Formats: sequence, C-alpha cells, structure tokens
Amino acid sequence: MGASNNGFSVIGKPLPKPDAVSKVTGRAIYADDMLPARTLHCRILRSPHPHARIVSIDTSAARRMPGVQAVITGADLPIKFGILPVTQDERALEHEKVRYVGDPIAAVAAVDEEIAASACDAISVEYEVLEPVMSIDEALVETKDERIQDYGGPNNIHKLVALEFGDVDAGFARADHTREDVFFFQGNTHLPMEQHSAVATFVDGRVTLWSSTQVVHYVHRALAKVLELPMNRIRVIGAAHGGGFGGKTDPFAHEIIVSKLAMLTGRPVKCTLTREEVFYAHRGRHPVLMWVRTGVTKDGRITAMHFRSALDGGAYGSYGVASTFYTGALQTVTYDIPAYRFEGCRVFTNKPPCGPKRGHGTPQPRFALELHLEKIAHDIGLDPVELKQRNFVKPMTRTVNWLRVTSCGLEECTERVLNASGFRKREKKRGHGMGFAISSYLSGAGTAIYWNDMPHSEVQIKVDRGGVTAYCGAMDIGQGSDSVLAAIVAEELGIQPADVRLVTADTDTTPIDLGSYSSRVTFMAGNAAIQAARKMREMLVEAAAAKMGAPVEAVAVGGGRIGDFSFEDASILAEARFGTLTSAGSYTPPKIAGPYKGSGVGPSPAYSYSACVVDLDADPRTGLVHLNKVWIAHDVGRAINPLLVEGQVEGSVYMGLGEALMEEQEFRKGLHKWPSMLEYKSPTFLDMPEVETFIVETVDPEGPYGAKEAGQGPLLPVIPAVSSAVFDALGVWIDEIPVTPEKIVEALRRKEKGEAARFGPARFPSIPYPACIKVEPPAKELDRAAPASI
Amino acid sequence: MREVDRHVVALEVNGEHAELLLPVHKTLLEVLREDMQLTGTKHGCELGECGTCTVLVDGKPELSCLLLPVQIEGRAITTIEGMAKGSDLHPLQQAFAELGAAQCGYCTPGILLAAKSLLESDPQPTRDGIREALAGNLCRCTGYSKILDAVELAGDRMMSSPPRGVAQSAGGDEEL
Repeated sequence: MGASNNGFSVIGKPLPKPDAVSKVTGRAIYADDMLPARTLHCRILRSPHPHARIVSIDTSAARRMPGVQAVITGADLPIKFGILPVTQDERALEHEKVRYVGDPIAAVAAVDEEIAASACDAISVEYEVLEPVMSIDEALVETKDERIQDYGGPNNIHKLVALEFGDVDAGFARADHTREDVFFFQGNTHLPMEQHSAVATFVDGRVTLWSSTQVVHYVHRALAKVLELPMNRIRVIGAAHGGGFGGKTDPFAHEIIVSKLAMLTGRPVKCTLTREEVFYAHRGRHPVLMWVRTGVTKDGRITAMHFRSALDGGAYGSYGVASTFYTGALQTVTYDIPAYRFEGCRVFTNKPPCGPKRGHGTPQPRFALELHLEKIAHDIGLDPVELKQRNFVKPMTRTVNWLRVTSCGLEECTERVLNASGFRKREKKRGHGMGFAISSYLSGAGTAIYWNDMPHSEVQIKVDRGGVTAYCGAMDIGQGSDSVLAAIVAEELGIQPADVRLVTADTDTTPIDLGSYSSRVTFMAGNAAIQAARKMREMLVEAAAAKMGAPVEAVAVGGGRIGDFSFEDASILAEARFGTLTSAGSYTPPKIAGPYKGSGVGPSPAYSYSACVVDLDADPRTGLVHLNKVWIAHDVGRAINPLLVEGQVEGSVYMGLGEALMEEQEFRKGLHKWPSMLEYKSPTFLDMPEVETFIVETVDPEGPYGAKEAGQGPLLPVIPAVSSAVFDALGVWIDEIPVTPEKIVEALRRKEKGEAARFGPARFPSIPYPACIKVEPPAKELDRAAPASI
Repeated sequence: MREVDRHVVALEVNGEHAELLLPVHKTLLEVLREDMQLTGTKHGCELGECGTCTVLVDGKPELSCLLLPVQIEGRAITTIEGMAKGSDLHPLQQAFAELGAAQCGYCTPGILLAAKSLLESDPQPTRDGIREALAGNLCRCTGYSKILDAVELAGDRMMSSPPRGVAQSAGGDEEL
C-alpha cells in the first residue's frame, strides 16, 4: 500500500511478472530440468575431514567402472580462483590439502548419477589428518599443525581492519554516559529451495554453461581463468532461478567441473548438488562476535562510537574481506555518529566458507547496534525510540566515514510503523512484548568487485517491425529484475510490459550486468534501461514527427502510439529513416568513495531505509515465542512495481524472523549438525505471522524514477526488533541470535538469581588489530546542486 | 555393480496412460522428471522434508520423492503439467500469477497442487486452515503472505462462479 503512479502509465502499477505463467504451469526451465541428448551425470567426491593434507589420490578403480566416461582431480584444474581478486584461494578440485568437510577432491562423469556416485566411492584418497581450527578463539592462537591458509595471519587470522573517523577519544571525553556491550550472531545459511545445478556443453570449441547462479559475469570470468580459455569461447547462461539470497553469488567448483568434463568428454555434463552438499557449499551468514562502546550526552545524542567485530569466516576467502568491512560500514548511515572507530577481524576456520547472505555483513552489526542503543536509552532514562530518533541521519548529508546519503525516509518509516502498531500505547503485560528497530541498506555497491572503470550495467534495445527486445545481463533470481526492465522500457516507449521481449543473463547475447547481489539491479540496470529506451524513443519520435510535418515536441508517446501512428507504424518509419533500430544505455555509479584505503565497501548511489515493529508473546515458563504480527515500512524511493516490492519486503521479514528465532548452523568435528531441511529449522506457514507492509516513497534523485532497493534492507530491522520485543515481554536481554527458548529460559533463571538479566557472550577476545588509519571526516552537508561531488 | 531389478509399471499421469520399464527403487519423482520429462515437479531435499515435489494421487497431496511407482499403479497422478485445462489456467494458477505468489517459482508447483486438493475438499478455508494444509510446503522467497492471499482469492472466485477456464494470460495488459 502507499505506492503512487503519478503521471506514469506502467511505473507504480502492481503488474504480474513476465514469467508468471511459466512459473505457475511448471514450464520454467531450471538448470536441473535440462537434459540435452547424451548428457553425462557428474558427482563430486568431497573431503570427510575438516583439515588434512592429501597424500595420494587413486582413481584407477573408478576409471575402470562401466559407464564412467571421465574422472578428474585437482591436477586437471590446478588454477586457483575466487570471487575477490585479493583472495584467489580456491581450487575447483583440491589435490594438496582440504580445509573443510565437503571440500571437493575429485569428480566423475558417468552415464547415470548412480554410477557416478559409485565411482566416487571407488576413489581412494590417503590423507594426513591435521588439527582442525573450529572457532574464532582457536583461530586467534597458535595451533599444533599448519595454518589453514598460507596467507593472512598472524595464526589463522584472515583480515584485520582498523579505521578511525574523527576524534573518537575526544568524543568519548565529552560524553555524559558511555556503555559497552558484547553480542553474538550465530551463522546461518540461505537454504534456497533449489539445489545448485549446472549443465555444460562443449561444441565447436566453445563451452556453454547453464547454471543456477546470481552472477553470470563472475562465473564467466572464473571459467576463463581456470579453463584457460578466452572469454569469447565461453558462454554462461542463467537458467530459471530457484532462489539465491546470496548463496549463488560465488563462482562454484561444480560450475567449473562440469565445464571441464564437457571439454574432456565432448558430451553435455550436468551436476546437481544434493541438499546436504548445498549446506556444505554454504557461503552464508558469518557468525560474528561484536563489541560496541558508545558515548552519549545526557539528552541522548551520540558523541562517539567504537565498534569491533570478529567474523568466523570458514575455510576460504569468498566475499569475506568485503563482509568484514560491511560489519563496520553502515552504522553511520542510520545514526549521526560524529566520531567513529571500527576494528574488524575475519578468521579462517575449518568449516564451509561464509560469504554474503541477504544483508551481507550488516544484519549482525544492525542487531548489535539497535539493542545497544536501546540499553543506553534505559541507562539514561530516555525512551529508546526517542533516543534513536534524536540521532537519525538527515537526507543530503555525508556520514563521518564519507558515505553519501541522498534520499532518506527514516522518519516517515518510523512514524508509519509506530502509528499502525500502536507501539507507543502498548499495554505492559508480562509475556507480551513489542520491539522496534530501524535499518538501512545499499542500492548497489558503488564499486565493482574487480577494479575497472567500465559501466556496472548495460542495456540494449532492438526494435524490429514493431517488436521490442531488451537485452541485459541482469539475472532474475525471482526478485523481479526482468519485470523492472520490461516496465521501464514499456513506460518510455509508451507500450505495455507484455509487449517487451526480454533476453537476459546470457554472456553471449546480452551486454554486461554485474549480477544480482548488493541490491544493485533495479538501480543500475534500471537507469541503463531508461537511457537506452529514451534514445530509442527519440528515433521513433523524430521519424513520426518528420512524417507528420510537426516538431518533435508535438509527438505524444503513449497508449501504444507515437504521435499519429501506431507503435508498429512508427517503428517502420524509423527503421526506414535510420536503418536497424538499436539503442544502448549504461550505468556507472558516481565516484563517491572516501579518500582512504578500505573506502570501497559501503558507498552506494542510494540507501534504502526500513523501520519495523514486532509483536509477540514469550512464555516465561518454556521460553517459547509466538509471533503475533509484524509491521514494516520500507523507503524504496519509488515502487516501480508495488506488488513485487511488497513481495520482497514480506520475504525479507520472513527470512529475518527465521534468523532471529531458529536458523543457525553448528558444526561437530567439522560436520554440520543439521544438514537437512527438517533439522535446519526454518519458518513454515504455521510460524509466519501476518505482516503489514508500508511502502514509503522518497523519490531518490538518482534512482530510476526515484527507485531504490527492496530485496535486502527490510530483513535488517526485523532481527533486533524480535530480541527487543522479548525484552519488552520478559525483561531479559537476549544478546545472541538466534533467540531460542533455551536462551530465554536461561536468562530468566539468571535474572531470578540476581545475576545480569541477559543471555549472550561474556567477553570479546583480544585481537591484534593494527593501529587505526585516521581519516578526517568530510563536510557534513551535501552540495544539493551536485551531490556526487566530494 | 549391483544388478538392478526392473519392472514394467503402468502409470496414469494427468489422464494419460504410460507403461515404463523401471528399476524398482526409482522414486516417482525421478520417474516423472527423468523418464516422463515432466520436469514441472521440482525437488528440494528428496527426503520428504520440504514439500517441493508434491503431486496429487487420487486428488490427495503426496510427496513424490517418497513414493515408488509400483505403489501407485492404476491410481490417478496429477502433476503441475496437468493443472491447467489446455491453455486455460486453473483459478489457483491465475491467482498466483496475478498476486505475485510465485517469486523464484521453485516451490510453486507443489504448493499449487496442495492448495488444489485443499480447495476441492474445503472451498472456503480459513486463513489458518490454509496454513495448516500447506504447512508441509516450504517457501523461502515470499514469506507465505502472497500465497495465502492467492489461495483465498482463488477460493472466492471458484465459489462465485463454477470452475471454468480463464484465458492463459497473467493479465499484463490490464490493470489488476
């Protein structure tokens, strides 16, 4: 509700998706639905040890098995890859050492999946087992055996970050009150309904890979590197996508393996991970331990903040360096923090690698920050909502760590959920509570994953005898990026979205889009689509005007007409006048990163804002939580399709509730304790409360028609709001996610015994952070005429 | 290599009769997808935990990953491919498309079939009744809200007019 469509014919309308019918009829083709003739099936042999050297691999018995067409090991794919240029630390198949249970070692292509699996069983691997490192504490000290990775350090530290913006000591010195808290956010995983799957062919010297990926471009790059083929010999196509949430944002071993096997066998090769393998492929939410200290004046204004994080990264780099920076980047985008120190640390452990999950690196600090500020408010006798509101950032400002805030709907989001929920007038009753929290997220990372000056998204449009085709590398993972493209092109050309044919996520036929991560597609591909469509409209209008003998200003576009002509007739006039009708648009984010090392993580052309109220009952006897209702308001700038925005917001609320109350992963001797959909608890229809969604439109100055992101930000405030509501209900703080019944009961027991009424980590470890890089803060007010200028 | 016991199995899928020579241990899910090219039935766990592979057997939802074809010979199996009448969408399919109840769409076939069974036994279920009936089907995208809305809408439409086909368009041209 709340979306407008002033002056637009398509933008702002709740239209169904272009692929809605194929999805409700079972005709959408996901990667595992493909079975080209003569397809071979691939299974991967994975390490049973969390940490071991590989002494030898004997594949001879497997090779002799009838039906086995190829067996490969790390010797066949020795080149390392990784999503970030600074951490090229993975191999598709490892032949020297394994670093987590599930690390791939060998792969078989056979005529059916059972034979491939039997052949994997027939491969014998001799290991020299090494001492595993299973926790942040263990990673910080010297271990008996060798380190997990041969870079980073000391010990098993992967990355250390230390930044200081403004004079933090002086900020604390002028505070009337300071407080320190420690929080822990347990790791969890994406759990997409679709297991990862990829199919490769090798025909005419070219590899074609269909994959369930969010990032066809980065898979393309990784394949070129590891297979040692030019990029023009590789084509990556995003199949219909069965859910990502960040879990399909790395290039994966199985994508490289099936490509290599297709090259060796000359036949199509398919690999679909089992559900258990998906749990080990992971790349999900990092477990993060956090310490935060904040100073405030007696009227609740923040004077300084010092935030420390320690991330349990698992065995490889993945996005981890970026994740580490993200745990410290966005605190300042919601609250005006005049002096800020951030110290971050990521460690390697012998567990599946962590990476980006919805909200990438920011749900953990958001949980800590929201609860921490609430506790400060209680300390100084101020209403927590009031304290937060007094510190809200303002639109058109720059934060102390140089992040540029343009549109900002924090105030409106807050008022909407507070009013609708009756939060301020809630009845105080033991066992019933309401919690409030806010958040912000990027509308696309302002910098590319690998350094370059090229656009982040490009769109081409072809018009041919009235038929409009839009080409873009963007990958629709269910979030609706195809809908956004169709809506924008239709809006600009005065036609209907159903009139726009889409070709997306195919590295042979579509111009680049970097992928569906960092909530970037609507903002970036949307702007590129507007530019391409406006160029096309100019040609159509000019041709129509010439035929009408009228100035171009007199040619109206809309309702399937260009001036006096139908769209089809206008396109014929334009094609006669200009030749082949094509146009292109691209989007490059403004260069707004601050002048310091590490400033590349955090900048975004715009930030979305959210506010949330959770209403729940918490049983003091059992610790069981029953969710009653969630109110959420999200500043999306402008809703290009409010139906899809609501869907993203509701899905985010759902995923946040799952993380807040039940989703977690733990490992025992390197083994996942719950690698199945039954044991890894996620919310069902019965767990999910009613959600009331408010779309807030602030019309961002640089977003397409003012639009910002919707897919990730609304998850963020839900998690702290749940813990806050438990405090409201029972008077105990659960400073650790997930908020389980056991933790609630234990906190109540401690409270009864007169101990601190909380459950959470007692201490933050000693970490050898380097001296902070000191950064002078920027001028706070943006130049409204040229907000991009620094 | 172990010897595989194979049987000829006669199946009735979406009103069509098929005889297949199948290894006895092959699940209905595998047979539908691999031997009959009915890939609209998806798989999420193959352990009976997620509901994704739901099909209807004699109108009742069953998990195809836990069924062997020999168990259901001669019984009427409905997959998502059999839900629309020709090019006319079932009212549930129409409502799911209109309301955005399918995001990634992967759990959608199983949920549609489970909802079809529900509406056939209870045309006007309560919201909690829908939750109960679909509790075995996980969805990670939607937060379930739009699915509940779509089942209610389809139920209302089926009550107010006798079941009839609606044109197979998600209505891209009209305002909904």
